[in-house]
Amino acid sequence: MKAITKFGGKGVYVEGNDIDTDRIIPARFLKCVTFAELGSSLFYDVRFDEEGNSKGHVLDSEQHRGAEILISDVNFGCGSSREHAPQAIQKFGLKAVIADSFAEIFHGNCTTLGIPCVTMGKDARGKLSALVETDPDAEIIIDLEGLKVICANNIFDINMKESAREAFLAATYDPLDNLLAASDEIAATAVKLGYT
Amino acid sequence: MAKNLYQKVWDDHVVRQLDSGQYQLFIALHLIHEVTSPQAFGMLKDKGLGVAYPGRTFATVDHIIPTDDQSRPLADDMAERMIQVLVEATTQNKIEFFAPQSGSQGIVHVVSPELGLTQPGMTICCGDSHTSTHGAFGCIALGIGTSQVRDVLASQTIAMDPLKVRRIRIEGELSRGVTAKDVILHIIRTLGVNGGVGFAYEYAGSVIENMTMEERMTVCNMSIEGGARCGYVSPDETTFEFLKGRERVPEGDAFDSEVKKWRSYASDADAQYDDEVIIEAAKIKPTITWGVTPAQAISIEEVIPDPDLVQGLEKNLISDALDYMKLEVNQPIKGTKVDVAFLGSCTNGRLSDFEQVAAVLKGRKVLPSVRAIAVPGSEKVDKAAREKNLHLVFEEAGFEWRKPGCSMCLAMNPDKLIGDELCASSSNRNFIGRQGSPTGRTILMSPLMVAAAAIEGKVADAREVFGLGEVQ
Repeated sequence: MKAITKFGGKGVYVEGNDIDTDRIIPARFLKCVTFAELGSSLFYDVRFDEEGNSKGHVLDSEQHRGAEILISDVNFGCGSSREHAPQAIQKFGLKAVIADSFAEIFHGNCTTLGIPCVTMGKDARGKLSALVETDPDAEIIIDLEGLKVICANNIFDINMKESAREAFLAATYDPLDNLLAASDEIAATAVKLGYT
Repeated sequence: MAKNLYQKVWDDHVVRQLDSGQYQLFIALHLIHEVTSPQAFGMLKDKGLGVAYPGRTFATVDHIIPTDDQSRPLADDMAERMIQVLVEATTQNKIEFFAPQSGSQGIVHVVSPELGLTQPGMTICCGDSHTSTHGAFGCIALGIGTSQVRDVLASQTIAMDPLKVRRIRIEGELSRGVTAKDVILHIIRTLGVNGGVGFAYEYAGSVIENMTMEERMTVCNMSIEGGARCGYVSPDETTFEFLKGRERVPEGDAFDSEVKKWRSYASDADAQYDDEVIIEAAKIKPTITWGVTPAQAISIEEVIPDPDLVQGLEKNLISDALDYMKLEVNQPIKGTKVDVAFLGSCTNGRLSDFEQVAAVLKGRKVLPSVRAIAVPGSEKVDKAAREKNLHLVFEEAGFEWRKPGCSMCLAMNPDKLIGDELCASSSNRNFIGRQGSPTGRTILMSPLMVAAAAIEGKVADAREVFGLGEVQ
């Protein structure tokens, strides 16, 4: 696990409020015993018709090929707790999500996997998504330390949950080692509560 | 200092604060199933870790299990493989597994309460967002992702930020024909699908106090659809009465001392809340969705909303939803043709749901053009329903009576919509493609309303169809 402080990549804007995890990854793709193959199923029913032909979704457009920053709108990732959703996002090659707001379970799943979810206000997001549409090759730099996004000489303020930011900067976003380090305190809590 | 239930349960279960600022929280009860948990065992294996507290985790299969032919191996190879991985992992790690035909299998959120595993004051996790159901007993019950399932298996803890608490009081009396499902759809409609982000919802007020445990579970179940990570009801006599005599609940003096402890978790009368919302029960009507999020809901008496009355992305949300649902602006939702009727799920797949519907189905027939299925939430629900001959009432009326499972709520099993079929559904999500067809359409409603839709072949007002009280 490496610290995540500042990184950049091409962006892609997927418009819409309340994009749920069923849309991010339809349930039939949850039939798997590992997450390895999920990248190609990201947003599947929005991207492909029932015969598997491309519907010309922005994620499949030539100019957005290789995009690493996903931009969306309000309440991104609502619904099911399926970690398959952030896993599919990561396996597709996306490294971070910028949105107005996030659903909580999705946000937590992303953080554990090392996918920063940062929030950006409506006007700034509108400008950033317009920039990405006019110049798909423009690099978006996300600076978690300074809480800024930089793109084509524009600087945008971002926000994120402080505990997630701390965890990315300190390389503790996958909390398991930290949790295991407290085995004595865990045992004491179990005894105190009669959970033996 | 006066505390609400959330604060009491949280404080009891905190192991320590982490450097990130999050807290490490002990998890009293961990429930796993075949879809989001097999991968977690793989993660443990990769790290050379075992299960720390195997006695605090319980497993069953619900999401992918067929509800018609459950004979093994399952026809679907990958479904069979997922069950096998779960069976192997639970056997190796000495985790109790409620297998099909054991008498205790079913939807994880139905099984745990009916066994009495879910008890007041617990922290509960499951790799499923509807874990909020267990809050009905006075628990902090959280849906988690697979990496957190791994964390619980390895350490019996998760890392978490504390939530704020919003008390939602529903005061007064519900009208006849208005059910727990209508209450929660009304709440979500009022507060929005993201209104609860950052909050735990405490449901209170006379309506909640008068509800049975199964009704409280229906309400808490859909907390997540309102964006709240969890929802709960303070434990009371109704809770203790429900738990008394259940398989995994102590008896005699031990029960009495448990009750004393459980009671202590209830919110103090003068507890503080970060927010409070009061809803007048009399204003709640039978409520159903028209769109593709659970907040896109109206009462059965209303017309389908007009996107031109709002601006920006909100407008797009409405017009896109109407296009998808193939519904007309300003038309009554009542009368919309229905192809499928689904009764079941962790929201409404308990005995009382089937009892309530059976009582009105007697002597009535499902319209022949409607495919109607009734899916008990667990083998115990199925058995209890059969003992009362409820399955015969359903079959006589034209419903198929199935074996327990998640069925058509999420269509990871053979129960799916075909093409753009419209389903009157007692489940919890009406997302695009949710019921298995990328163009399938879902209208969420109460079990009574599903029964009315099945009989009429169209969205109908259960109060009119079954002669339940006044319709204004």
